[in-house]
Amino acid sequence: MLRESLLMKIEELERKHGDGREALLPVLQGLQREYGFIGEEVVNEVARKFSLSQTEVFSVASFYHFLNLQKRGRFVIRICRTISCDLKDKDKVQRALEAELGIKLGETTSDGRYSLDYANCMGMCDQGPSMMVNEDLYAGLTPSKAVDIVRGYR
Amino acid sequence: MLHVTINGIDHEAPEGMTILELCRREGIHVPTLCDHPDLRTKGICRICVVEVKGSKTLQASCSTPLVEGMEVMTTGDKVRRTRKTVVELLLANHYTDCTVCPKNLSCELQSLANEYGLTELRWKERRERIIPRDLSSPVFVRDNNKCILCQRCIRACQDLQGVGALANLWKGDRTIIGSAFNKPISEIVCINCGQCVAHCPTGALHERYSVEEVWKAIDEPGKVVAIQTAPAIRAALGEEFGYPPGTRVTGKMVTALRMMGFDYVFDTQFTADLTILEEAHELLARLKGALVEGKSTNLPMTTSCSPGWIKFQEHFFPELLPNVSTCKSPQQMFGALLKTYWADRMKLKAQDIYCASVMPCTAKKFEAGRPEMGRDGIQDVDFALTTRELAAMIKQAGIDLKSLPDSEFDSPLGESTGAATIFAATGGVMEAALRSAWEIITGREVPFEHLDITPLRGFEGVREAALTITGVKPEFSWLEGVTLKVLIAHGTANAKTVMEAVKAGTLAPHFIEIMTCPGGCLGGGGQPLPITPEKREARARAIYAEDSGFKIRKSHENAAVMKLYADFLGAPNSHKAHELLHTKYTPRGRY
Repeated sequence: MLRESLLMKIEELERKHGDGREALLPVLQGLQREYGFIGEEVVNEVARKFSLSQTEVFSVASFYHFLNLQKRGRFVIRICRTISCDLKDKDKVQRALEAELGIKLGETTSDGRYSLDYANCMGMCDQGPSMMVNEDLYAGLTPSKAVDIVRGYR
Repeated sequence: MLHVTINGIDHEAPEGMTILELCRREGIHVPTLCDHPDLRTKGICRICVVEVKGSKTLQASCSTPLVEGMEVMTTGDKVRRTRKTVVELLLANHYTDCTVCPKNLSCELQSLANEYGLTELRWKERRERIIPRDLSSPVFVRDNNKCILCQRCIRACQDLQGVGALANLWKGDRTIIGSAFNKPISEIVCINCGQCVAHCPTGALHERYSVEEVWKAIDEPGKVVAIQTAPAIRAALGEEFGYPPGTRVTGKMVTALRMMGFDYVFDTQFTADLTILEEAHELLARLKGALVEGKSTNLPMTTSCSPGWIKFQEHFFPELLPNVSTCKSPQQMFGALLKTYWADRMKLKAQDIYCASVMPCTAKKFEAGRPEMGRDGIQDVDFALTTRELAAMIKQAGIDLKSLPDSEFDSPLGESTGAATIFAATGGVMEAALRSAWEIITGREVPFEHLDITPLRGFEGVREAALTITGVKPEFSWLEGVTLKVLIAHGTANAKTVMEAVKAGTLAPHFIEIMTCPGGCLGGGGQPLPITPEKREARARAIYAEDSGFKIRKSHENAAVMKLYADFLGAPNSHKAHELLHTKYTPRGRY
């Protein structure tokens, strides 16, 4: 990633969200949307912009499960692992996706297209099992529905 | 005024006071762990819980403000059982190897286990070190297996020092304290001040010990081992041997060092006096350049004796490095002279001499290892011990410090003045510098009773003073009527504020003294634990008392230093002085 384009992106996000500490999270979210993950260079430049230490920025980024600290697939699939979805056979959905993509939870396909991960409650407890693909939310899944949805992301 | 009761006894307290503050004021014991008088209240550990009438649950006294009519019980079965459980839970995630832990007998968690009568570990989840220790730094060791997540290190690094090298990483049961991308200490922006170590209640953070290396050096045939001791040691070492804080043990310390086998026992105060002369002349040269020749001579000049501050400046204000005095710190001046001037006099070769030092400081370990601090492949200082390491060595040697007679430092590198002693306290270098500079300029003593420049003393984070110079000697006529503005800051968070103002041009003193640690060296990261504001005050009183006891209290009257100039260096800031006593800095940047 070019440093100039990263700086321009940070400035654009700062204009939108402000440059106080409270703007740190939306700025990090915006950078993830742009680059897919919050890498060392991003942490560095955000810290410089906000006059914080790298460690303070990293601390915030590492707290939130939805911020990636490493490069992930183009599509990050997150399966809800909390109780309601678990009772509605989330395991079967997970196994179907693992078989379809040939990867285990926490891994990324070799072509860099998909990452499979878990998430905690997405607030869809009445319609489980549920999952997210990037920022799109899906509920009422069955194993075959989940596979079809994922196939739609190419 | 609020009216409350604690354990059934009536008390009055001002609005806004917490339960814990009132208990402390009244001398009522409440155990604490994450709380520290130097730091913001966090309310994390829950060991300080008390019963508040009308509350369903116990309340953390550190973070609960008093309200009118509150009835508090600090004792009772529920409180006792809860606190005991808190300790048991903390121990469940604590790798417990007390007998071989560096914090054995100075660990606050261990004391609490003792206080609550634990006889077994109810949950023994951490039997092994599951996280590798961070051994990357020449200064610190981090063992996260012993960390209880109290965040005292984070608050010390962030709030006292303005560095922010430490924070919580991840969350929930995976939380650890560390740095960005969980990098090892050697790779992060850290100034090595050791305030994290000084505020850590357990063995999770400690200095890297040089004790065994020093014992080995003492035993090495054909080597001469000389030791230098910093001013702040004599006012704190006694605490490790049961003396009340503020007891001076200078003479006993010298005796102990000789008994331990050091061949020569010298005093860093010798080179503290030398630093004053070098630094005062450097300041005068910069002032003359600016006032007479109209040159830009990098004013304000800042002091350079505190190695944490040097690294802070290299990271945070690399553009202001030309403002830092080029003088090496007294520790490094000492090493350089020991292995040249003194070696020549003693007909010894530099490679046959070991230079050990005792410092109140952890950053001195890093400073001693800087590549620029030596010549011909020989480091000027071989081992930098902390006060705590020296205390451990005295105990290991089987020496009972309290029973020892006093003795004197060896000559000539043990000769010093009261001006050198006060280097240990914030404001001390400035006071010592003014005592000499004033007299160099005017030929008269500085116009304060008993040479005590009291406006420079105290613990206020940033202090300013101004002194109008009158009645100068003819060669200093350019200084007649000039008002010399000086500033003192301690704790690098305060230094950061000052340097930002200097950079912005809103603050323009001539001379700035900066000490890395709160209180100056006497509150250093290598001093006896636990560190508290009361102890810093007691140590400061001891330092000023030691100064008053000296017959000679001005650096330029140190006869041994004057002889050093006459026989070897020539004059302050001479070519030779520059070669041995001055240094260069490394811009490092922050990101």
